[in-house]
Amino acid sequence: MTVLAPPPRSGAPAKDTAAGRPSRPSRSTGAGRQHHGGRLAHAILIVAVLFSAFPFYWTIVAATRSNADLAQTPPSLLPGPNLLPNIRAVLEEADIGKALLNSLIVSGSVTVGTVLCSTLAGFAFAKLRFRGRGALLAVTVGTMMIPPQLGVIPLFMMIAELQWVNQLQAVILPGLVSAFGVFFMRQYLVQSLPDELIEAGRVDGASTARIFWSIVVPVARPGMAVLGMLTFMASWNDFFWPIVALSSQEPTVQVALRQLGGGYVNDQSVIMAGTLLGTLPVLLVFGLLGRQIVGGIMQGAVKG
Amino acid sequence: MTLHATAPPAVRTRAERRARARRRLTPYAYVAPFFALFAAFGLFPLLYTAYVSLYRVELQTPGEMEWRGLDNYTALLGDEFFWTALRNTFTIGVISTVPQLLMALGLAHLLNYRLRARAFYRVAMLLPYATSVAAATLVFAQLFGRDFGLINWVLGLAGIHPVDWQSGTWSSQIAVSTIVIWRWTGYNTLIYLAGMQSVPAELYEAAAIDGASRRQQFLHVTLPGLRPTIVFTVVVSTIGATQLFGEPLLYEGKITGGISHQYQTLGLYMYEQGWGYFHLGRAAAIAWVMFSLIVLLVGVNAALARRRKLQEASR
Repeated sequence: MTVLAPPPRSGAPAKDTAAGRPSRPSRSTGAGRQHHGGRLAHAILIVAVLFSAFPFYWTIVAATRSNADLAQTPPSLLPGPNLLPNIRAVLEEADIGKALLNSLIVSGSVTVGTVLCSTLAGFAFAKLRFRGRGALLAVTVGTMMIPPQLGVIPLFMMIAELQWVNQLQAVILPGLVSAFGVFFMRQYLVQSLPDELIEAGRVDGASTARIFWSIVVPVARPGMAVLGMLTFMASWNDFFWPIVALSSQEPTVQVALRQLGGGYVNDQSVIMAGTLLGTLPVLLVFGLLGRQIVGGIMQGAVKG
Repeated sequence: MTLHATAPPAVRTRAERRARARRRLTPYAYVAPFFALFAAFGLFPLLYTAYVSLYRVELQTPGEMEWRGLDNYTALLGDEFFWTALRNTFTIGVISTVPQLLMALGLAHLLNYRLRARAFYRVAMLLPYATSVAAATLVFAQLFGRDFGLINWVLGLAGIHPVDWQSGTWSSQIAVSTIVIWRWTGYNTLIYLAGMQSVPAELYEAAAIDGASRRQQFLHVTLPGLRPTIVFTVVVSTIGATQLFGEPLLYEGKITGGISHQYQTLGLYMYEQGWGYFHLGRAAAIAWVMFSLIVLLVGVNAALARRRKLQEASR
């Protein structure tokens, strides 16, 4: 939390490998980050990548095999022909199809809602003056670190009272609360939206709403995109609250996976097929936007 | 507040005054959606947890509350499984956090070199972060299988007897911690990398002119520059470890966290009390204990970091 103010960055690190073939630095530049990594560095990093990637590979292997294959010694280490039967089995055992649809609805709504609320509030905190601004911002930042998991009991009593148990809004509405999002958008706008732009809008007689939609949002769009990706992943992977608020009648992917892992299904390859199906969408997003997500996390780190 | 200055003290029409009031109130409209949701689904449940923890509330009848004072808390203190869970949360927290952050630090240092395929490394290492707790745990539960698990097979190749990764206390806790380490090392690596890149290059140049080796540069330039980032990751990991839940739940799929509760964490114990035994009041007391624990740990952390800084400054 002490890293709230983004320290000055030199342009070097972003550019030096952009071409893939870094030019050799002259020996006089002594900055640590400009040393070339040797073979050993690559070797260690490759081991780390293998450690990261192997469970994914294994998911594919196990999901395409039969349970009997998995119980062999030595185990089969290559993908097999059993993917379709396993997928068919998992669609019967746990309603993964419905779970995928529900997760898409929940994560989609949470993402749109969070980005909108965060941009609105972030804009107000960054550029508008009002009484209590400092105090409200302090409350937001102060609660950013408090895990929502600690409030699940009253939350559950609330949705039970509202008769929302097993309904998607029980997961969507609490999911919209993102103190991190507000703070992220505020930092983004403080940095990238010049006051003059807003002043110019005011001089032209634009209302605040007009300024928001035609000046703020276009400038904020890259930040909104990063926040959106992070929110979507977090929401898709959210575990505790969905398994409390929903059940197998109206599951999200994580609820369905919990059901699969709950001991009712004994066929390991079927469980892995379900895991594969439930993970594929985020992996797809990650494959397409991985670099932006990496950038977003590193930005978020420097910003808090 | 700038508005006050611009308004002339001359006669104000009613319309003018109304427009001014509207402009003054507009900002609140922009923060209102967030704060309405925050109050209802964030702040209120958190505070109300403390209140609920003083009552007897059952899962089936959440509307009926019966005053119990501190009974829920004394019951906790008398339950041996509470102490087991507290101890497990602590040991799993240490086993998962310490190696994770050390590895992340080392990897970030390597990634900070000029490297070919740097973007690839970053994305590949972040891949586990994109995976859900549930998916990761199900895969690892299989890899750690006692009879047919891949890990025991590999150990067998090295001549090591198969390990029972489920019923042993240490072995099961190491297995659960491995899942945490797998999911979060890449994330922390990127956080450290971001911190390292914001250390001014001039400091390295100065150190190099003074004849500092790479290792000395790491110890005397990188690490001190990284201190705020390290504090940040330690705090975040501590909070994560205190509420660890999904991994121990899905590792064997049981809410007891192992046959003799050997890897049940506080988060899982809370779930067991609330949704296994239907004691919501008791579960609320556990939540409040976890909250106090987090506040305490974060406070200790901040105090330590500050003391280090003062010591260093006075040296």
